[in-house]
Amino acid sequence: MMTIGLNHFLIVSGLLFCFGIFGMMTRKNAVMVLMGIELILNSANINFIAFAKYGNFGYHGQMIALFVIILAAAEAAIALAIVLNIYKNFATVNVDEVNNLKE
Amino acid sequence: MNIYDLIFYLFATITVLSALAVVSTKNIIYSAYNLMLTFFGVAGLYVLLGADFLAIVQLIVYVGGILILILFGVMLTNKVNGMPIHTEVTNIIPASITIGLFAGIVLAFFMNTNWKSVTTEFPATTIQSLGKLLMNEYILIFELLGVLLLIALIGAASIARKQ
Repeated sequence: MMTIGLNHFLIVSGLLFCFGIFGMMTRKNAVMVLMGIELILNSANINFIAFAKYGNFGYHGQMIALFVIILAAAEAAIALAIVLNIYKNFATVNVDEVNNLKE
Repeated sequence: MNIYDLIFYLFATITVLSALAVVSTKNIIYSAYNLMLTFFGVAGLYVLLGADFLAIVQLIVYVGGILILILFGVMLTNKVNGMPIHTEVTNIIPASITIGLFAGIVLAFFMNTNWKSVTTEFPATTIQSLGKLLMNEYILIFELLGVLLLIALIGAASIARKQ
């Protein structure tokens, strides 16, 4: 049994990324697609922070991860506003049924 | 196997299993609560990597902010009348094949690459260093992100308001 190193954290983040992509591809509900995006952003953050510790980058990796968290918050707010508007106009949030620019 | 390894395996198991549950259950509410567990697990991994401030920010912003927004989104976009809130599934077989292949390639790459690993020991608290960096080297990005958050606030309110 090897000791915990960079590989272990990268494997966790790779699995999170794959689950996020899978959720985005298979779910019809727009809110579920958003949850997949959050999983992907988290996996990228794990990579940034793991390389900050094991890649001799100092604090810069943690800084970028902080900015990714801020962007994720802004993205979630905008995306949920759009989802609410779609629900008001189409009475559904299934992304495959929303195929008109105008109702 | 020391205590660090045990804690890593604990948090990694929580993260991966709850992320699997997020994308495998059909009930959106269960997905949202499993997403909360995933965020907790990821915050634990941040602590193990020496990023204590990032772990706290992860808990405050993700669990306190984004997850609540997602739950609001679920409840405002479903006709809740005692029925469980389900999502429909599409493309399950092609997605499984593609993601299985992709995961195999990525994980094999991660495991077989001989990473040049230089371990940096961060001090017990990183807040002071991050704050100094934020106010010196990253000041432009800091200001731009402030403007971006303001734009997101105004944009979200104006998109979602009643006409």
